[in-house]
Amino acid sequence: MLEARQISKRFPGVVALDGVSLALFPGEVHALVGENGAGKSTLIKVFTGVHRPDGGELIYNGSPVAFGTPLDAQRAGISTIYQEVNLVPMMSVARNLMLGREPRGRLGVIDTAAMYREAERILAGYGVVTDVRRPLRTLGMGVQQMVALARAVAIDARVVIMDEPTSSLEPREVETLFSVIGKLKDDGIAVVYVSHRLDELYEVCDRVTVLRDGRVAHTGPLAGLERLKLISLMLGRDLDEVKSGGLTRFSRDRRRARERDGAPPAVRAEGLTRRQVLRGVDVSVWPGEVVGLGGLLGAGRSETAKAIVGALPLDAGRVLVAGLPLRTGSTTAAVRAGVALLPEDRKAEGIIPELSVRENIALAALPSLSRAGVVSDAKIDKVVEVFMRRLRIKAASPHQPVQELSGGNQQKVLLARWLAIRPKILLLDEPTRGIDVGAKAEVQALVDELAEEGLGVLLISSDLEELVEGADRILVLREGAVVGELSGDDVTEDKIMASIAERGAESDG
Amino acid sequence: MAEAVAPSGRRVLAWAQEYGVYAAVGVLLLFNVLFTPHFLDVANFRTQLVQVAPIVIVSLGMALVIGTQGIDLSVGSVMALAAALVALYLGYGAWPALLVALVGGAVSGTAGGALVAYVGVQPIVATLALLVGVRGLANVLVPQLVEFRNPDLIALGSSSLYGVPVIVVIAAVLTLLMAFVVRRTTFGRQVVAIGGNRAASELSGLPVRRVLLLVYVVSGVLAALAGVLATARLQASDPTSLGLFIELSAITAVVVGGTPLSGGRIRVLSTVMGALLMQLLSATLIKHNLPQSWTQIVQAVIILAAVYATRERGTR
Ligand SMILES: Nc1ncnc2c1ncn2[C@@H]1O[C@H](COP(=O)(O)OP(=O)(O)OP(=O)(O)O)[C@@H](O)[C@H]1O
Ligand SMILES: [Mg+2]
Repeated sequence: MLEARQISKRFPGVVALDGVSLALFPGEVHALVGENGAGKSTLIKVFTGVHRPDGGELIYNGSPVAFGTPLDAQRAGISTIYQEVNLVPMMSVARNLMLGREPRGRLGVIDTAAMYREAERILAGYGVVTDVRRPLRTLGMGVQQMVALARAVAIDARVVIMDEPTSSLEPREVETLFSVIGKLKDDGIAVVYVSHRLDELYEVCDRVTVLRDGRVAHTGPLAGLERLKLISLMLGRDLDEVKSGGLTRFSRDRRRARERDGAPPAVRAEGLTRRQVLRGVDVSVWPGEVVGLGGLLGAGRSETAKAIVGALPLDAGRVLVAGLPLRTGSTTAAVRAGVALLPEDRKAEGIIPELSVRENIALAALPSLSRAGVVSDAKIDKVVEVFMRRLRIKAASPHQPVQELSGGNQQKVLLARWLAIRPKILLLDEPTRGIDVGAKAEVQALVDELAEEGLGVLLISSDLEELVEGADRILVLREGAVVGELSGDDVTEDKIMASIAERGAESDG
Repeated sequence: MAEAVAPSGRRVLAWAQEYGVYAAVGVLLLFNVLFTPHFLDVANFRTQLVQVAPIVIVSLGMALVIGTQGIDLSVGSVMALAAALVALYLGYGAWPALLVALVGGAVSGTAGGALVAYVGVQPIVATLALLVGVRGLANVLVPQLVEFRNPDLIALGSSSLYGVPVIVVIAAVLTLLMAFVVRRTTFGRQVVAIGGNRAASELSGLPVRRVLLLVYVVSGVLAALAGVLATARLQASDPTSLGLFIELSAITAVVVGGTPLSGGRIRVLSTVMGALLMQLLSATLIKHNLPQSWTQIVQAVIILAAVYATRERGTR
């Protein structure tokens, strides 16, 4: 149906794709996997006309095509959900959903009432209930991603491409997504599915293509391909090497209660309150402890993290760092006190796209990397070098604009930015979002290591497994309030789910 | 990898964006050397540079503001305010008068910056209000043209250092200073980061509001200095017409220099080149007896070309 033949694409300093061939058939879900920077997103952008290939050709419905713009591809029936949510943040949810095909009344004026009704109806089909008049940016990443999905599917597509569609979704929404994919499949639509979550691949995909350093390392049916084998193909390591535990995640013997001997918590938030968002959240994290925040989307997890660093105006509540109150509403004060937040929305709140990798890493630590207001290049170079190596950030050079990096590598740059300030408390909102299996293990090991060194970590993850393996203690949030706490042996996926559900039933009834 | 071939059109564009202004200035200089009589006369050079110096100084501040995705429309009025304050306080001597004028610029900048950074008013609106208000204030303070005979101030406007007009020396020094600030100081790097992504800068603990405020203060002070220097050269304080439309020249210089209006990038030396280019262009056309309207049309073409070139960078 859609076929790539010997596609090559070079960027200054990197060969992103080198003779990649891939064929898609109607009604199949094709997994596209590979390490960060392997070229997955680039291949997709070639399919959709964002990038023009330097070599090779695309065959669509039996004839060669060259899409000049993403719009051309869309008109031809190739619909895409990009890795970085690609909607208009200031516009209402409804406008975003219906963009370009709004219901028109007489005189060609947009019929807003009809548009809102239609948008609500479509979203309800995806289990999303929200005020469709609100600007998109006021919603969490997960809901935004669902809007992007609904939009992509609503366009009459023959091929639907999804670049890490589940990276900010909850298990429940992932289910919805999968049922949508099932429907697409039945309709004979071809789906390309990019993800770093292997479980998902095995659940929905029929065939798989593994990219490594811009080349196809393997292509074939997924069923029967052993999981470890797949990982070894992605990483380019021996199967044995992978098996021998290169992939342990959180390695520490977890969930022992920390001895606190009267010391104040590294960070303590008391009664964080904000109308309609947070209702008196109390959180404490002791040095060396990893506290997980569980809950559904919109439960107030990201908001709690933002409130702690002073990025969310509060109606009430305060934050103490090592027993001392923090000036409210000042991220500057929080960072100076060693509180760092790795935000969920890396494109909007994380990277400074035009600045180099180097400057992005040094950003938060600038005051300590300068003398009398003049930055020290030598110090910056050293820090940047250390972290680029430690996190294995793949970039042509430290001076490459960060927007040119692959999604996962951008995430690592942000982690490096925070590690460079030597934080006391690290608030991680979806830290492994979009990073590959290898790097994920590394990041998790790093979190472990830092916790051992006495760092306090607050971990937010929609990946329950990650939460369970990573956290010593878990607080479950619902509708902006802490509704449960799990520690010790109670920290299991089932118990978390139960806690969310049980309280849910209570408050629903 | 070394032989990575980018499509040549894109490469030309990237090159034009980096060095286009320099090339254009070079071409224009060459043209004048060949075809304009007396172009190489020292006197001519001096006139051109003295004329462009205030624009350059104002543009430096403008570049900083534009780097934060802002704009400062009040610079011309601040020049007028500075002229008025100098006239009023000249009785105390040239230096105190200069100081008062700079403080005036700082106060105006603080007002604009506070509106933008703390109240959240759009930069274009906040500084538009100042454009009107500050000019009015200047006219109230000094309603008509006032000539003066203070030797210090006149010297500032007309004397030379090793043959180079003091005004030009000041502009050059400020240019280097600004380039240093932008490239090498925490403040400069923070300005660029805030322009590139404000939300991210805030989460990274940058003192976003303070930096924004300071940016407008710097712009105000530079505009005030330009106002004093222009006044010194005129040997008269003229708050009614001094600095009219200079904000447009300054924005043009910044844009032609390749600083994107979308923020996140500041090109100091190129901004100065942008100012020089526009100056040289109008001088050339005048020398060749082309009507003023021609100059404007050519300027428009250059601005469009520059905006086009900077726009391309954002999309790949
Ligand atoms: N616009 C660009 N300019 C220069 N280099 C780029 C550009 N886009 C991508 N690259 C480079 O191409 C390579 C492949 O990137 P790509 O985004 O396709 O990776 P990916 O497989 O999607 O990774 P991830 O899992 O992290 O999303 C990377 O080395 C990246 O730095
Ligand atoms: Mg990608």
